[in-house]
Amino acid sequence: MMPFTTILVMAFNELRRNLMRSILTTLGIVIGIAAVIALVTLGQGATASITDQISSLGRNLIVVAPGNAGKGGPPQAAAPFKLADVRAIEREVTGLRAVAAVSTAAVPVVLGNNSWASTAIGADANYFAVREWPLASGRAFDEGEIRSGRTVCVIGQRVVTEIFGAQDPIGAPLRVGGFPCNVIGTLAEKGRSIIGNDQDDVVVMPLKTFQRRISGNQDVSLIMVSASTAETTATAKEDITAILRERRHITANKTDDFQVNDVSEIANIVGGVTVILTAFLGAIAAISLVVGGIGIMNIMLVAVTERTREIGIRLAIGALEREVLAQFLIEAVLLALFGGMIGVVLGLTLSAVGTTALGLPLLISPGVIVLATLFSGLVGVGFGYFPARRAARMDPIDALRHE
Amino acid sequence: MALIELQGIRKVYGQGEAEVVALAGIDLAIEAGDFVAVMGPSGSGKSTTMNIIGCLDTPTAGTYRFRDTEVTTLDRNGRALLRRNHLGFVFQGFNLLKRTSALENVELPLVYRGMKVSDRRAQAMDALARVGLAGRENHTQAELSGGQQQRVAIARAIVTQPALLLADEPTGNLDSERSREIMELLVDLNQAHGITVVMVTHEPDMADFARRQVLFKDGRIVHDEVRS
Repeated sequence: MMPFTTILVMAFNELRRNLMRSILTTLGIVIGIAAVIALVTLGQGATASITDQISSLGRNLIVVAPGNAGKGGPPQAAAPFKLADVRAIEREVTGLRAVAAVSTAAVPVVLGNNSWASTAIGADANYFAVREWPLASGRAFDEGEIRSGRTVCVIGQRVVTEIFGAQDPIGAPLRVGGFPCNVIGTLAEKGRSIIGNDQDDVVVMPLKTFQRRISGNQDVSLIMVSASTAETTATAKEDITAILRERRHITANKTDDFQVNDVSEIANIVGGVTVILTAFLGAIAAISLVVGGIGIMNIMLVAVTERTREIGIRLAIGALEREVLAQFLIEAVLLALFGGMIGVVLGLTLSAVGTTALGLPLLISPGVIVLATLFSGLVGVGFGYFPARRAARMDPIDALRHE
Repeated sequence: MALIELQGIRKVYGQGEAEVVALAGIDLAIEAGDFVAVMGPSGSGKSTTMNIIGCLDTPTAGTYRFRDTEVTTLDRNGRALLRRNHLGFVFQGFNLLKRTSALENVELPLVYRGMKVSDRRAQAMDALARVGLAGRENHTQAELSGGQQQRVAIARAIVTQPALLLADEPTGNLDSERSREIMELLVDLNQAHGITVVMVTHEPDMADFARRQVLFKDGRIVHDEVRS
């Protein structure tokens, strides 16, 4: 058997002799590989962007809300939580980083001639810890302000731009839903949430202030819990459910009248959907790879027929069957690999353009590139084998007589 | 001992009613260093015999011994290796590779022997010089005359220093002047280099260059003459 490099050089020279045909033959593979890489990269960018938005809600976040909407059956009115429920969770559930009682309401905010419709959030200092929301300026509420329900607030960046523009909001007497409330801090920008609402459009005040001045009751509309690790999230969820069932006197045969949602679980589900979509699109693109492979097979079959005499000469001077097979197979694989490499470059270019246009992060996974290149080589082997075998099995006498 | 020895070689194509007997029992021994012209009308079996001697075809019955090797027991790869190591072919239609230089054509058998680039280049240049084509190694088939193409083909056949050169109507596509030159080259290779030559030809003029003439008719050898 002649050395592999010799066969490689022979195959390469042959492809160079028919340069135009070689380039056109690889086009199918180029398009196929480029499509797979571009679609998968865009899909991964979209997945990353979505899970990023979800996790911007807070790490290991569990959201507890009254009512059981979305769990089948008609939604039932359920009693709201009280602060005592929050304290009970804080006291009895282990593995938690922070627990925040949250109440919300839509409120107008006014300063001088500027007004804006925003959302008031009544919460304690834990709220910022649970949401992992740093301050941009000023300070958060202190214990005294929380306990006595002082009229102080921390505002989001949207409220800052709508009401204050370029002015410094700290210390300004903002009117929130009819009462004056001193701005003591501003929150860092968080952007839009996954469902599209502007997370920066908030006025956060102590829960007691909110209950006294806005809602006029002792209700807590949401409990936000941050588990200390991803592993403790599941047990924390069970514990919270058990405590709330007991406190709300739900008997064993009744369903919960509240929901305990694990946000990372939702992130996983949404992420899973986009991963499936990405795989689906990638699979469709892979079909064009198969079409490209058929193109290679077609041209190789033509080449084998056209070069019948050459094959006859090679066989007559003592080429072994497997040497002829290797020569044509390597030609096909070189074509496919060559197309694959151009496809990778083209696919990455398309990915860069696409992600920029859609505002997604550009996440290039080396795995996809390696896999695409390997697969193109495999296409070359798969579709090159049949023509190569036809060449190798020729009868030298017939081949030499071929016109 | 003879270089090649054919005994009771039969070749039958087709089956039953469509059966055609191409060779009806050939016995032929050729000594090393001989120059044999194989003659006969079309369909007499001379080409089939050449293909069998060249290990390109297998007989239906009979035995073929090449030196110590019983060729009829070899498989396809075994016959390919025998061709590679011991045989050289020259065809009527030259059969050079298109768009390939004379040098590359002559190098081809050495490529299959796995020889180093520098070695096979030197050996191919040497073979081209021996057929009188020194300085034309970079010409492609299209840039060479018929006689020159056949010289390249002969260089390709002898570059491996084969024991046996098989020439199938080597002058069939050439004018008489070119034919004579090619025949003189073959005689020289036979006498000066000791290469055994077996040549199929239609032309008695060409056959006269050979020392031994074998005449085929209807799948049998009807005349076998060694000339002084």
